[in-house]
Amino acid sequence: MRAFEYVTPKSKEQAVGLLSQNWGDTELLAGGTDLLALMKDDVVAPKRLVNVKSIAGLDAIGYNARTGLRIGALVRIADFADNADVRKYYPTLARVADDAASPQIRNQATMAGNLCQRPRCWYFRNGFGLLAKDPQSGKSLVVEGDNRYHAILGNDGPAYFVSPSSIAPALIAAGAKIRVFGPSGARELPLEKFYVIPKSENEREHDLRSNEIVIEIVVPPPSGERFGHYEVRQKAEFDWPLATASVALKMSGNKVQAARIVMGHVAPIPWVCDKYVEATLLGQPLTETTANAAGVVAAEKPGKSLGKNAYKIRLAHVAVKRALLQAVKET
Amino acid sequence: MADYKWPDAQHRTLIGTRQSRLDGPVKVSGRAKYTYDQNPKGLLAGAILRCPHAHAKVVSVDTSAAEKIPGVKAVQVLQGPGKEVHWAGDEIVALAAINEGIAEDALRAIKVQYEVLPHFVDDATEPKSAAEETGPLALDDLINMFSNQVPEPQISSTVQKRGISFPVTDDLVKRMRSFNVGENVIKALQSAPQKSPESTRSPFKKSAVNVTGDPDQAFKTAEATSEGLYGVPVITHCCLEAHGVIAHWPDAEHLETQVSTQNVCGMPDQIAQALTGIGIPISASNIRNRQQHVGGGFGSKFAADRWSLAAAQLSKKAGGAPVKIMLDRRAELEVAGARPSAYAHVKLAAKKDGAITAWDSQSWGTGGPLGGNMPPIPYIFTEIPHQRKQHISIATNIGPARAWRAPNHPQAAVLTMCAIDDLAARLGMDPFDVFLKNLPLTPRANVYEAELRKADELMQWKKRWHPRGDESSGPMKRGLGLSIHTWGGRGHQGAGDLTIHPDGTVEYRSGTQDLGTGTRTAIAMVIGETLGLPLNAITVKIGDTNFPHDGGSGGSTTIGAVSAESRRAATDALNELLAKVAPTLGVAPDQLEALYGTIRVKDTQGKSITWKKACSMLGATGVTAHGQNPDPSKPPDLTNSGVGGAQMADVSVDVETGIVRVNKMVAVQDCGLIINLKTAESQCYGALIMGISYALFEEKIMDPTTGRMLNPNMQFYRLAGYGDIPELVVHMMTGPGYDERGVIGLGEPPVVSPGAAISNAVANAIGVRVPFLPITPDRVLAALEKKGGAA
Amino acid sequence: MKSVEIVVNGVERRAQVEPRMLLVHFLRDVAGLTGTHIGCETSLCGACTALLDGRAVKSCTVLAVQADGHSVTTIEALASEGQLHPLQESFWEEHALQCGFCTPGMIMCASDLLGSNASPSDREIREGLSGNLCRCTGYQNIVGAVKSASRKMKRRTAATAAKK
Repeated sequence: MRAFEYVTPKSKEQAVGLLSQNWGDTELLAGGTDLLALMKDDVVAPKRLVNVKSIAGLDAIGYNARTGLRIGALVRIADFADNADVRKYYPTLARVADDAASPQIRNQATMAGNLCQRPRCWYFRNGFGLLAKDPQSGKSLVVEGDNRYHAILGNDGPAYFVSPSSIAPALIAAGAKIRVFGPSGARELPLEKFYVIPKSENEREHDLRSNEIVIEIVVPPPSGERFGHYEVRQKAEFDWPLATASVALKMSGNKVQAARIVMGHVAPIPWVCDKYVEATLLGQPLTETTANAAGVVAAEKPGKSLGKNAYKIRLAHVAVKRALLQAVKET
Repeated sequence: MADYKWPDAQHRTLIGTRQSRLDGPVKVSGRAKYTYDQNPKGLLAGAILRCPHAHAKVVSVDTSAAEKIPGVKAVQVLQGPGKEVHWAGDEIVALAAINEGIAEDALRAIKVQYEVLPHFVDDATEPKSAAEETGPLALDDLINMFSNQVPEPQISSTVQKRGISFPVTDDLVKRMRSFNVGENVIKALQSAPQKSPESTRSPFKKSAVNVTGDPDQAFKTAEATSEGLYGVPVITHCCLEAHGVIAHWPDAEHLETQVSTQNVCGMPDQIAQALTGIGIPISASNIRNRQQHVGGGFGSKFAADRWSLAAAQLSKKAGGAPVKIMLDRRAELEVAGARPSAYAHVKLAAKKDGAITAWDSQSWGTGGPLGGNMPPIPYIFTEIPHQRKQHISIATNIGPARAWRAPNHPQAAVLTMCAIDDLAARLGMDPFDVFLKNLPLTPRANVYEAELRKADELMQWKKRWHPRGDESSGPMKRGLGLSIHTWGGRGHQGAGDLTIHPDGTVEYRSGTQDLGTGTRTAIAMVIGETLGLPLNAITVKIGDTNFPHDGGSGGSTTIGAVSAESRRAATDALNELLAKVAPTLGVAPDQLEALYGTIRVKDTQGKSITWKKACSMLGATGVTAHGQNPDPSKPPDLTNSGVGGAQMADVSVDVETGIVRVNKMVAVQDCGLIINLKTAESQCYGALIMGISYALFEEKIMDPTTGRMLNPNMQFYRLAGYGDIPELVVHMMTGPGYDERGVIGLGEPPVVSPGAAISNAVANAIGVRVPFLPITPDRVLAALEKKGGAA
Repeated sequence: MKSVEIVVNGVERRAQVEPRMLLVHFLRDVAGLTGTHIGCETSLCGACTALLDGRAVKSCTVLAVQADGHSVTTIEALASEGQLHPLQESFWEEHALQCGFCTPGMIMCASDLLGSNASPSDREIREGLSGNLCRCTGYQNIVGAVKSASRKMKRRTAATAAKK
């Protein structure tokens, strides 16, 4: 790991002041479970590390029946999963968090850190850059090479990696917003808008600017929706999923009134399914057949193989189907 | 007089029991010191600059900036201008600094220019245009055969047939002898025809067709045939404690090393030869190597690798200060061990009743930059009457091959046992019956039959087996698969010294090593058994070249060796003691026995003296005896070779996602006389876990464009975890018919079958073969799609 | 250089460290406690598990400066007065180790697990230790060892309570 300057601001204002206008000069350190691995591999090499853990007031969880759940950026994943209100009002979110990474990582990693973790693309992690261009030919190493774990949606390029968080799609399905703080104060945006597909090597995969910090995640109060979440993982535990689906359903009797479906690990961003997917379900009872049809429209129709990842289209389809069926099964 | 032979079952007090390992307390309390944990005073941190290209020539190396960094104590170019590098991650420059951070900063200050050369990292695609190899063997070809453990008779016949293009110098002969190469091979080389070398070298080398009987006729007249494609990729060892070393020069002539190794006593010779070759003359007797504990090896820690030499060179330059070099995880996965791959089209001919009549295989695979060789196929069923085999070895830039637990056997098992399983499916028969039917084609039919029947009982195979393709509804399909395997396991050459001190304490010293298998404990059990003492009365000191030398721990050769050596040493020492004590008890020494901490007259109640009292009669120096293996002067032979094993797997496959979960595995294994049942079973558990891991997850994945390993980390180089390991049932075949064979090693055999058994179980579950390991979701779904039965 | 104060196994340690120094290196090289091992270096294998303020973390992906002002417990502190901790005893008795390199991390993670769940089921043990990898024998016997330790600890707690 390269040497760096280590600073511990006491307030978010101070933190923002210590952050650079440019990506790469400074990085935010919270739990550090992802960042330190990237620094050891020399994938990122900040000159200054801004430890935000020393900022008071960012590590609380608060629930209010009117305003919903407020999750401080520095809340550790384990504390989120164990929180009584989260378990009571958002059991699916608790389960998703409880399934993320490993116990030791959940004890150290923060919720905001999970949402901001960098892609697990093996070209990126091996130092070939976020967009993994061959320096000789300028071609994409991903397209030319081994893309078995890469994107099947949103993969028109130049980004082909997949969004690595399994918690983000579940939060998006639950309607979460994210609050960030920068030089001109706080701003709030829907979590799904927080993720962007970078077009150049010096952009990132989210809308956080290099001199902003995440301060809070806000989840609206439950309103009778049914949630489901399904992960296809090769290993039973402690493995990054191959595809996930998080769903939120509003039912009227046994008919679907509204559906929000978000797939994870299939695109450079958490992939919010469009209205055509919802349309396959609206007014229908949720059965194996309708759930399967939604999976087809969500993944099989729009999915595009890069050569070695066609199977992921099937996995995403199955994940959507199973998440939907789980949502109506769990009461 | 006590004799050397192993005691009968009714006379054993320790052998065959379950004993907790003697080094348990230090290991569970964090006090066990591995090479990585040794921090001698004045330690310097060593680090290595590695080549980022899969194939390149070094053009220039500039270390001047690194040398100027304060805290850098020594810099050593390992591969300078003109050297050709054959895999990414190969060592270019080593340096030592006062801490890891400075060492890393200094590496970044080194400038190396490379001429990048074309690389080849695709071993799985069948080579289409390979010409048959008939020309003379280069020295590299010979080394390739040795490193891929080609049987010696095969090496001899190949060099005789094709000739050689290199001189067989005295030096070469000496080197071969130091690696225990047989005299027959050396003779064959010395009498081989000398030819001029071949001008062009393709990455593909096709062997001559190897024919037994009349395969053409056998296939023509066969009542049934089946064919299939099977394969096992390159995997790595991924030792949890990476490879590494500490080296220092206490004075100008002496070198002390602590190599993380499976081969403690093999280091001085290897290091001395290599150092002398690069201008640091030293004799092996001036090198002391030590190691108390090692965090895994699995076949990859036999050699004094380049980093061991680098540490010695750096230490020399730094005035003798200790230098530690431990590989980081990336290097561990990229350079410290790749198991050769093997792929094959296999065709079988059989009678309607399942009796196999002919084998035809077209195989290919890589064993690294030198190509590699055909695994031993057909595996175990070697007596198939008609055979045709041809192999293409592929020279690649994937990385150097190293022996991996049971070299070449897991690959051979997949190519053979999966083909037989497919034949059974073709015939509509239960593979259990087809395997039984063909056991006469194996070298130990009776053992395999007993083991298969035991495995059936433990798995309830006959009750639960269904024809290929689980017809039950829903996406989860369940299936059963089986495989059998073999290994040698005779104890290697080595020795130990046992001292009975006048105060009654017993100490044993040998240069062997404990890979974690419980070597210390097994030695103490043998000595305790021989001397009639409890385990805690024996002190076992190992892992030091100052002790009598012992062989490397590989090929399941340790237990057979150390048990025989310690048995002979303890018996000789005891006999001296009995001779001293006999007059006091008024009988001849051969009337005495050592039991329960006493020396007593056989079959006579009450006539005894305590162990401690007896030892006090030994005089000031006590008694020391030397035991070795083999030792024809002290019969009988206490170790043996050749075991069988049968394994069965029960899996569930989600046919919508292609995810495979193993529900249960049964391993039935023989290994002659078992010393410690607890650690013997543990070897089988461990083998099943490693087996499930390589069957479902492990693969060294290479990038075609850059030639680099894409998964040099434990995220994408997946290892099985808790959730992936099911109920494991281990049964050791012991008692009459097994025990009297003597002690046989166990590290390799149980790791051979899991790949084949799991692949067969998956085929049984989903109704179609997934050709290649690891059986990943993409491959399962592709196989189902090909079959047309996707969910 | 940064000055840090870290309580390691109950003893306060002050040192000047480079910010890039990892906690695992602080434990091994500064505090001289080499029972915490380095395996994968990127938080995947769990060999480096130690307790940070009582919770299991992977000390290979924590900076020493992040632990400044906090307390760390390593494998060396588990035994008291020469008496092995029930987990250590059970790992030994049940043969829950072979090469032993992963063992300290396994035991530390298991101690965190038993701290929050005194009688875990097989499934809970497997999940609780899912961040630790073993390459040579592990898993089956380790699950058995954690169960056996859990029974021992409950018996000892009951015995202590009875005395009072």
